[in-house]
Amino acid sequence: MNENGFVLEMNNISKEFPGVKALDDVTIKLRAGSVHALMGENGAGKSTLMKCLFGIYIEDSGEIILDGRKVVIDSSKSALDLGIAMIHQELLSIPYRSVMENIWLGRFPLINFGPLKFVNHKKMYKDTEKLFKDLNMDIDPNMRVEKLSVSKVQSMEIAKATSMNAKVIIMDEPTSSLTENEVDHLFKIIRDMRDQGVAIIYISHKIEEILQISDDVTIMRDGKGVGTWPASELTTDMIISKMVGRDLLNRFPERNNVPADVVLKVEGLTSPFPKCFKNVSFDLRKGEILGVGGLVGAQRTELVEAIFGLRTIESGKILIEGKEVKIKSPIDAKKLKIALLTEERRASGIFPLLSVLENTVIANIVRYITRLFLLDDKKRKEDATKSIDMLRIKTPSFRTLMKDLSGGNQQKVLFARWLLTEPEILLLDEPTRGIDVGAKFEIYTIIAKLAMEGKSIIMISSEMPELIGMSDRIMVMCEGRLSGIVNGNGTNQEEIMQLATKFMAQ
Amino acid sequence: MNDLKTNDLKVVRGNSTKKILNFVTQNAIFICLAVLILFIIAWDPRFLSFTVLRDILVQVSTRSIIALGAAFVLITAGCDLSAGRMVGFAAVLSGSMLQTQEYTRRFFPNMQDLPLWLPILIAIAVALLFGLLNGFVVSKLSVPPFIATLATTTIIYGINSLYVNLPPNESQPIAGFRSDFTFLGSGYVFGIPVIILIAIAVLIITWVILNKTRFGKNVYAIGGNINAAKVSGINVDRTLMKLYAYAGALYGLAGVLEAARTGGSNNNYGVGYELDAIAACVVGGVSLMGGIGTVSGIIAGVLIFGVINYGLTFVGMSPYWQQIIKGIIIVVAVSFDIRKYLTKK
Repeated sequence: MNENGFVLEMNNISKEFPGVKALDDVTIKLRAGSVHALMGENGAGKSTLMKCLFGIYIEDSGEIILDGRKVVIDSSKSALDLGIAMIHQELLSIPYRSVMENIWLGRFPLINFGPLKFVNHKKMYKDTEKLFKDLNMDIDPNMRVEKLSVSKVQSMEIAKATSMNAKVIIMDEPTSSLTENEVDHLFKIIRDMRDQGVAIIYISHKIEEILQISDDVTIMRDGKGVGTWPASELTTDMIISKMVGRDLLNRFPERNNVPADVVLKVEGLTSPFPKCFKNVSFDLRKGEILGVGGLVGAQRTELVEAIFGLRTIESGKILIEGKEVKIKSPIDAKKLKIALLTEERRASGIFPLLSVLENTVIANIVRYITRLFLLDDKKRKEDATKSIDMLRIKTPSFRTLMKDLSGGNQQKVLFARWLLTEPEILLLDEPTRGIDVGAKFEIYTIIAKLAMEGKSIIMISSEMPELIGMSDRIMVMCEGRLSGIVNGNGTNQEEIMQLATKFMAQ
Repeated sequence: MNDLKTNDLKVVRGNSTKKILNFVTQNAIFICLAVLILFIIAWDPRFLSFTVLRDILVQVSTRSIIALGAAFVLITAGCDLSAGRMVGFAAVLSGSMLQTQEYTRRFFPNMQDLPLWLPILIAIAVALLFGLLNGFVVSKLSVPPFIATLATTTIIYGINSLYVNLPPNESQPIAGFRSDFTFLGSGYVFGIPVIILIAIAVLIITWVILNKTRFGKNVYAIGGNINAAKVSGINVDRTLMKLYAYAGALYGLAGVLEAARTGGSNNNYGVGYELDAIAACVVGGVSLMGGIGTVSGIIAGVLIFGVINYGLTFVGMSPYWQQIIKGIIIVVAVSFDIRKYLTKK
């Protein structure tokens, strides 16, 4: 600790990726023995800043001062050596190995046999057992991680971080898949650590949690630091307006869609895999936006993928306009005028090295095949241009490579791609994930317009305000089961949260 | 009531078929091996003899050493194409320095007898260095393993051919090995072939490395999730270099033993061994996606191919048919095995 009482200072950090200024002169100062919340919308730069601190990225400029000394952190190892630990949002674990191996990875206890060194399994087991006992967690150290539930994996990561005796612990969305009880438990652990002098950087979207647990709050927006305040001086509304940078009145466009007859009916849909979705029944009306809420691991993605023919179904029926249909592959789904925008835009949506044109027409390529089995270039270009105009995609031309577009514009191209197939039912899996605020509003506008034109929409979202603001009805899932369907009007975050944790153990 | 009963029956039946299917999936390799052996025994009962078992084990000894080396690379989601050529070069190197004084076409006509260990050590060390080179190119230069080892393969073949072409040898096959050298390949200790004992020793050492050492666990970690390995402070580059070097050393040892066993070597020695090794690993349950693989599985994989090679020749099947059967077994075994990991969809 230096004379100001700060254990860690990150001063004037900037980081640029090709085409994006991810961090622009950000400063954050951490008091020893405090919980410091870091807030901001998706894409505000929180994770990038933390990755700089943990040596995953190296900042272009700025300085990091630890205990009053300037330090260079160029790898995760050097961060760990300096006493900085991190719980990663994407839960970096090794699925095929045991819990204890995951916890002690990179620092296995060793035992000497003469000149030879072996991993000391006995000590590793005992240490792990003690660690879990101290933290009041119930996990078998020998269990393979792939067999654990998401919340257990998260608990394991928390245990791993505490076992490092770090001075600074970064927690990136540690509660994203925890139940209320588990969150309370985590907060107790956090307070204990804080009382022992550990400084904790706590990243979360959940404002209530932040106000409950943190001492200081730093807010970021568009890669810049907005400021730091004591948590006691902040309210939910203040935090939101500082995060968004404007008033909240117009976060969502006005919707004039009127849900009509039932288009899609799902009855008792069950996956053959025990951890997956089971006995899900719901219906979707023409021109309706049906939100799907739930925590990570609620099997929402799996459900829509099953409707799209990407996953096997053990039992249950899917009816479209009253007729039972068998959807065994995306080809079947496309014929039935269903479209899916996947959650992982990069992994299963875009073709980064193809042009905007190719990305737009690819799901509909059959339409452009001429009699000579060649592609009708003129028509493809027409359609691409039309889509670019209609969805207001910001791109220099349709020849631009997809990878050079911003996340929001990539998402719009994906919308364009599926709209060209003239779908009646759109399955949107986290349509605004990783997209900046302005582009989000445009995506919302597109969704609202589609619903008004009579398209039926299922929208998975993990952002509560988005669910409530955009949906006619919201169905909430928990551990693969449907825990309730509520009206978008008149529900609130608490009700959805309760439904989302309805079937959770403990 | 009636409905309930039939439903119950269905559930029970469903469960037992599932259980059987599950068992088959979990043990696909061993079932394959058992079926194959039964098939051969049914064809010719004489297959069931001690001599046959010993001959098969002798044949698979070097193959298992190569497969264990290749497995390290596969577990890190890599692929080592250079194994065969390293085997060849090690066979030539060790052989060229271990010929009898009486042999007329000696590689080094005027060289005194070297102690047995020295040429062997040189051959293994050279292979280890090439392995290290693989590891360096893969980790520090970020060249995909497939390409990096492909390049090494052609380089080693070139060097090996130049070496064999040195005067006075001028591309003659290398033979006339000393008896203490051939003892390693065809001698017996306590009635057990030496080569089998060496292979068992390598097997045990490799098992210990993979399961009991920090290095081994880091190998699995890198294959299972390289990012997790990095953020846990593992020196990924160094681990990669070490494991490629270890794999190289094993190829070198296998080359030495192959030369000792067959009594000769030339610059084309070992060609294609890398693909046999990869096939054995994959049939033995090593995941090409990385992170998964056990010594017992790899040995089972090697044994399957050993039994195929020996057994089908034993019953007089044409080598061309053997190739076809090998291919079918690879597909069937792997398609069953992969089901273990396809639980998500």
